[in-house]
Amino acid sequence: MTQDNKRIEVILETLLDSVGLAEEICLRIADAAGFDEDDCHKIGMSVREGVINACKYGNQMEREKKIYLSFDLTPRRIVIHILDQGPGFDLVDVPDPLAEENLLKTSGRGIFLMRAFMDEFAVRRGTAGGAELVMAKHFRANPNGHSGARSAQTREE
Amino acid sequence: MTFRATPRETAGATVVDISGQITLGEGSAGLREMVRDMLTKGQKKIVLNLGDVSYIDSSGIGELVSGYTTVKNQGGELKLLNLTRKVHDLLQITKLFTVFDVHTDERTALSSFN
Repeated sequence: MTQDNKRIEVILETLLDSVGLAEEICLRIADAAGFDEDDCHKIGMSVREGVINACKYGNQMEREKKIYLSFDLTPRRIVIHILDQGPGFDLVDVPDPLAEENLLKTSGRGIFLMRAFMDEFAVRRGTAGGAELVMAKHFRANPNGHSGARSAQTREE
Repeated sequence: MTFRATPRETAGATVVDISGQITLGEGSAGLREMVRDMLTKGQKKIVLNLGDVSYIDSSGIGELVSGYTTVKNQGGELKLLNLTRKVHDLLQITKLFTVFDVHTDERTALSSFN
């Protein structure tokens, strides 16, 4: 990791309260990093949906299981990892919520929203098991060609 | 922001002014209970005024869909009024904007009931 990069790690209990907490932490990090209000909303909501997914479908609401959340800030993007301690899953097995037969289902839109709101999204198996969601949002380039990321020094102020 | 729902009777229908967040937990549970209560009381023409709803997540969307189908299955209609930009965008990308009957004016929403 270079000097310009930052890493923040959080370990969460499997509780509904962890969902709001994770989103709040994420919003502070994204705002401090220089993302605009619209992107902060998209990043925050993606983390919310990812942690809901980890709580409900990964850890099956078993409180003793943990959710490992991390944020990697680079000059070009923020990369977020959400790892649970569940059985894991494959993206190909997730039903398409836009399919006619799924439109009126009351659940199953979380993964879709994360994919829609983030620039990069993947699901992989954690090294010790579980599902790891990996998603990234890029800073928008300014008209002068520089990325929108605030410098590491500014972020620390 | 806490979920709050205030129903009012008007022109043979019930308009529910909702504020706060419709998210996993309190918000989505509150919406579910409210729709159930209204159906129990025989109120089947329902307009949800979402003008002061600041945030909806996937659980909230699921609860709106659940309310829509539950009311419809009992011979009623549930309509949405005054979507904020964020809620509007969410319903667009999830293709639900075409499923719900969405209005920007209360009078039009009320006159659209069969």
